Amino acid sequence: MTPHLVLRVVTKTLIHPIILFAFYVQFHGDFGPGGGFQAGILFAVAFILYGLIFGLDMLKKVISPRAVQVLMALGVLLYAGVGYATLWMGGAYLDYDVLVPNDTHNAGQHYGILAVELGVGITVAAVMIGLFYAFAGRNVEISDEDW
Amino acid sequence: MTYIPSLDMSTFVDIILLAFLLLSALAVVIMRHLFSVVMVGGVYSLLSAAFFVNLDAVDVAFTEAAVGAGVSTVLMLGALMLTARREKPVTSQHSRLPLLAVLVTGAALIYATFDMPAFGDPGSPANSYVGMDYMERTPHEIDVPNVVTAVLASYRGFDTLGEVVVVFAAGLGVLVLLGMGFTGGTAPGKDEEDQA
Repeated sequence: MTPHLVLRVVTKTLIHPIILFAFYVQFHGDFGPGGGFQAGILFAVAFILYGLIFGLDMLKKVISPRAVQVLMALGVLLYAGVGYATLWMGGAYLDYDVLVPNDTHNAGQHYGILAVELGVGITVAAVMIGLFYAFAGRNVEISDEDW
Repeated sequence: MTYIPSLDMSTFVDIILLAFLLLSALAVVIMRHLFSVVMVGGVYSLLSAAFFVNLDAVDVAFTEAAVGAGVSTVLMLGALMLTARREKPVTSQHSRLPLLAVLVTGAALIYATFDMPAFGDPGSPANSYVGMDYMERTPHEIDVPNVVTAVLASYRGFDTLGEVVVVFAAGLGVLVLLGMGFTGGTAPGKDEEDQA
């Protein structure tokens, strides 16, 4: 029988609601508390929890360190890219209004905020998972007696 | 302008939370078992998050709970694996200068609070000038219910871009220093008793 059976079962049931809540915080951030920073952390927490309980080798199968490095940069590029998109469409840098011109419901602002918050979330989540990899990757696996 | 707190429910909760904050801070100072120190540090963050909720700063509270109580506790646990289980006892000679530094800094901070506007003061700098401007303009310019998001992502979009770059740079720095190369790990530090 595998050790920490209770921890494993509880973790498996917890990960789905954590990720679901992270998405809710990410995309509902302009209506309630939260946004990219908080959602990114929550998203990373789901992965870190998985890594803590099931080990780094299993986590590496879920999300490889290489993917984490790429995602870190991708989030920043998405945020900065929205700025360049608005420049290209004839507005100022990060002037979201030009994304949907002549709209009475400020749709451009909504799309712009959604996109940059997504960029924030991706970078924060990837950096947090990367930090976990950097710290946890240096440890030898600890035996159960050490706890 | 003096602010005399009336003992309503909110103030009562504030006092309880601050008392627990003080207790957990003292516990961190006194305890030598590093695992407990990290855990109480997490409790401290959670209590501050509850305190921020009571101050109606839910976005800040959310961040504090997620980052302070969640991720940094886990990262501290990861760092804990690399060191000993117990803190070395500090001799009183070594603790004099740090104690002095802490006392002077603490006194300076308390002295600074005399200049702070009272909580909820409508004339305070945070509640006048540009802050009120954002509150008035957000409904028809951005049209999102959460003004914090409007300020963060739209009005102060440049600042937030800078923040994301800082997060990215911090992650990059850690990866350059520690690497994700999985060098096979190093042996954790030993406790004093183990070596004897």
